[in-house]
Amino acid sequence: MMQVLYFAWVRERIGVPREDVETSAQTVADLVAELRGREERYDLAFSDMSAIRVALDQELSDMSASLAGVREVAFFPPMTGG
Amino acid sequence: MSVSVQADDFDVGAEIIALSAGRTDIGAVVTFTGLVRDMAGGKPISDMELEHYPGMTEKALEKIEAEANARWDLQASRIIHRYGKLTPGAQIVLVATASPHRGDAFEAAEFIMDFLKSRAPFWKKEGTADGGKWVDARDADEDALNRWS
Repeated sequence: MMQVLYFAWVRERIGVPREDVETSAQTVADLVAELRGREERYDLAFSDMSAIRVALDQELSDMSASLAGVREVAFFPPMTGG
Repeated sequence: MSVSVQADDFDVGAEIIALSAGRTDIGAVVTFTGLVRDMAGGKPISDMELEHYPGMTEKALEKIEAEANARWDLQASRIIHRYGKLTPGAQIVLVATASPHRGDAFEAAEFIMDFLKSRAPFWKKEGTADGGKWVDARDADEDALNRWS
């Protein structure tokens, strides 16, 4: 079981800020593919992966990273702090 | 070193006093304050909503602050970043750095701001007449990071 979080327009497109996901995905890219296959709202949110960033257990990571041992995955657009 | 992620406003003067309180070895204090502008892309905005990632935000700010302290001779530093709905004119962010001489404090403050722009998990949404618009990341902000590498 993994907690998946969404922020900004990714959250708006998917419709929830967080959810528990039962998955056997090995990598972030696998998880994205799995979610996109579920429902159209995920497919829409992840249609342009160049605009998506990912954090694993609150550390910035990338799409090819392994999900082994990861408890929290977050997807969001490029950050606009400051 | 200290970071705060908060909805509340802050008092720049009080933060400067706190930074140097009880010490006489500080020669320079540099502060940067970011404010909400009333226009975006030539159009007026009513407000700016800042969303963030609780938990990761604090870690990211602490990491940026620690990196600045490792690179420059800082005697004290402070980062405050607000979230929530802010109106034009409101303060968004404060970066304060203190060092024996001004060079380190100036550079470290600029370094911290450059990293906050694209490495701190905040997202801004501008309130506009046609609803709201998420602010796009600027290439210029990403380019600003490269000069520090």
